Amino acid sequence: MSDVLDLAESVLAGSASAGTDLDGALWTALEETGLARLTLPEAAGGSEASFADAAEVLQAAGAHAARVPLVETDLLAGWLLHSHGLEVPDGPLTAVAADLAVDGTAVRGALERVPWARGVSAVVVLTPSHVVLLPVDGLAVTDGANLAEEPRDRVVVDGADAVVAPVAEGAAAEFRLRAALGRAQLLAGAARGALARTVQYAGERVQFGRPIGKFQAVQQQLALAASEVAASGAAASAAAAAADRDGFGAASAAFAVAAAKARTGEAAGEVARIAHQVHGAIGFTREHDLRLLTTRLWAWRDEDGSDARWQAELGATVLAAGPDALWPLVTGTP
Amino acid sequence: MTSTLSRLPALVPPPTELPPRAAALRAEVRAFLAEERAAGAWTPRADVWLSGWDERFTQELGRRGWLGMTIPVEYGGHGLGALDRYVVTEELLAAGAPVAAHWVADRQIGPTLMRFGTEEQRRRYLPRIAAGECYFGIGMSEPDAGSDLAAVRTRAVQVDGGWELTGTKVWTSGAHHAHAFFALARSAPKDDANRHAGLSQFIVDLDSPGVQIRPIPLLTGAHHFNEVVFDRVFVPDGQVLGELGAGWAQVTGELAFERSGPERFLSTFPLLTALLGELAGTSGTEREVGRIVSRLWTLRRMSLAVAGSLESGEAPELAAAVVKDLGTRFENEIVDAARTLVAVPPDPGAESGFARLLADAVLHAPGFTLRGGTNEVLRGIVARGMGLR
Ligand SMILES: Cc1cc2nc3c(=O)[nH]c(=O)nc-3n(C[C@H](O)[C@H](O)[C@H](O)COP(=O)(O)OP(=O)(O)OC[C@H]3O[C@@H](n4cnc5c(N)ncnc54)[C@H](O)[C@@H]3O)c2cc1C
Repeated sequence: MSDVLDLAESVLAGSASAGTDLDGALWTALEETGLARLTLPEAAGGSEASFADAAEVLQAAGAHAARVPLVETDLLAGWLLHSHGLEVPDGPLTAVAADLAVDGTAVRGALERVPWARGVSAVVVLTPSHVVLLPVDGLAVTDGANLAEEPRDRVVVDGADAVVAPVAEGAAAEFRLRAALGRAQLLAGAARGALARTVQYAGERVQFGRPIGKFQAVQQQLALAASEVAASGAAASAAAAAADRDGFGAASAAFAVAAAKARTGEAAGEVARIAHQVHGAIGFTREHDLRLLTTRLWAWRDEDGSDARWQAELGATVLAAGPDALWPLVTGTP
Repeated sequence: MTSTLSRLPALVPPPTELPPRAAALRAEVRAFLAEERAAGAWTPRADVWLSGWDERFTQELGRRGWLGMTIPVEYGGHGLGALDRYVVTEELLAAGAPVAAHWVADRQIGPTLMRFGTEEQRRRYLPRIAAGECYFGIGMSEPDAGSDLAAVRTRAVQVDGGWELTGTKVWTSGAHHAHAFFALARSAPKDDANRHAGLSQFIVDLDSPGVQIRPIPLLTGAHHFNEVVFDRVFVPDGQVLGELGAGWAQVTGELAFERSGPERFLSTFPLLTALLGELAGTSGTEREVGRIVSRLWTLRRMSLAVAGSLESGEAPELAAAVVKDLGTRFENEIVDAARTLVAVPPDPGAESGFARLLADAVLHAPGFTLRGGTNEVLRGIVARGMGLR
């Protein structure tokens, strides 16, 4: 295990996963250990780590169903602000891409399904023309949620005194890729967490006088889930490595992120299905923690571009490139 | 949430990046393949590592230094790493090139002789393997011992100067063309308390007196499989492979090499390329194509990660089983996609092209999830790795 993963595990293991709002104690611990702004430059209060390191931390956060906006703060809001020359405020942040009417520092409009809006210190919006930093007072926030009961709030802005910068070229494309990359890590982690709990349960739950994990039919199901978990982790980690190596502007990184989000999204459904089947009825209840992972798998596979969406995009790229280009695209070597 | 993660072993090693020198090697192989294609030396086929037997092609690869790449130079090889070999083999498979003649010798026999072979055995076989002139088979399976390899009944009886083998091997790929194979046999009476004990491996030259090789035609009608019958076949002491009685451990070591390579997800890749050709200019299939490509890309990264870990001297048995299970199912998914997306009936009589590739792939598909250990058995290995058995 790497040092950063060790650290992340030690911080996350103690987190309280029940509940729905942002886990403030966990956030403080992540801030104190430098994990909350892992990839941001030092000038923006970050640790300048690689995406590969961030992948390990995010996968661990996914596995523990951590209630913190790590992707939003580090990969999205922090990056948007810093790369546009704006100061990155303290505390947890969130970010969305949406259209707002920007007139000087007066901003108007409505934002849908903003992750964690009710718990953050600032909301960053990427509009087609501007990067907008909205201080939270002055915003009207209505609670909303995803399938996992994570905050996905409606935010109405009416003339807030915003900090505004003109948008840089390529920012929208990179934002999409960063969001999908981050989500893929969380998905891979949650899949791993769901498998770990399920394997543990199969070793404990006794039927017909034996732990159910001793039955070959159950073992075969768990092995299928394990291969999906392995694929999920491999895809997410390889996409992070591609972003480190080539940068988000490169076609190879875009290809890798699309493939990773599509693959992790696909694995999510299969892993959740098997986890519930092996848990029997108990996993179908609110009282059991399995739901914290499976509802996240179901929610996250449809966020930041569903698997179907990324598949279609990848397919269009491949078809446009033609048969002889497929192998070079897959190997990343023209 | 309390930590249960530590209970789960790593299912796949961390991502591996190819060394910078790999790009030049890849370009060389691609240029060679393009040249051969242009000259019409062969047509791309599905499942070439099983069915594409072409000794001229194999010897040409040998001449170019692309066989026995990991074998040390003193034995006629090239002293390169597993990742160099990975690049060459994946390029050959992706192109659908005829690689069956050397496949087993290059993938398995070379590394195994380096691990367990005597100096004399190495000198005898390795230079010819690297030159593409010596072909091998694998003599593990028997009529009553497929998944349950410990049930082999071929007996080796000690005689003056060596051993006498009697029994029957089946499903031996390429035995009718091969010069030799590794035979797994019982050299000591079966002990029911320890079924894995008393097994040994022997290098059997297939032209030895008492060896009979009979064809078992495939679904396609092609002659690939064989039954190999031994009637008191003499094997000199110098042809015992590794340690007497250690056959089980040696064979399982060999399987780690056998299970995670690019041949476990690329058997139907030429069909996928042809499918994209058929789909050119149409619309509505983007999603399905993207789904397949995301799986392919992921599998390659997984397989490469296992190769990287093999290169650093580990034996990632669990990861190899996972990759083979996913990969061989994926090979079948390409067949399904081709059938679903294009309304062209498979045509085994066609010379080349989509209909021919589809026909070959459909008729070869049942073997993908069997050879090298069935998927059910692999899942048993994964279950054990997760502590369930
Ligand atoms: C294309 C091809 C090439 C081959 N080449 C060679 C070769 O060169 N040399 C060689 O030695 N062998 C070769 N084989 C043989 C191959 O290794 C065996 O087919 C394989 O090990 C399965 O054995 P079997 O066919 O006897 O099936 P069986 O062992 O009879 O199995 C039948 C079915 O039962 C299932 N099953 C059996 N036991 C269990 C269990 N404990 N738990 C769950 N399911 C189980 C299997 O998964 C399978 O689905 C080749 C096979 C193929 C298809």
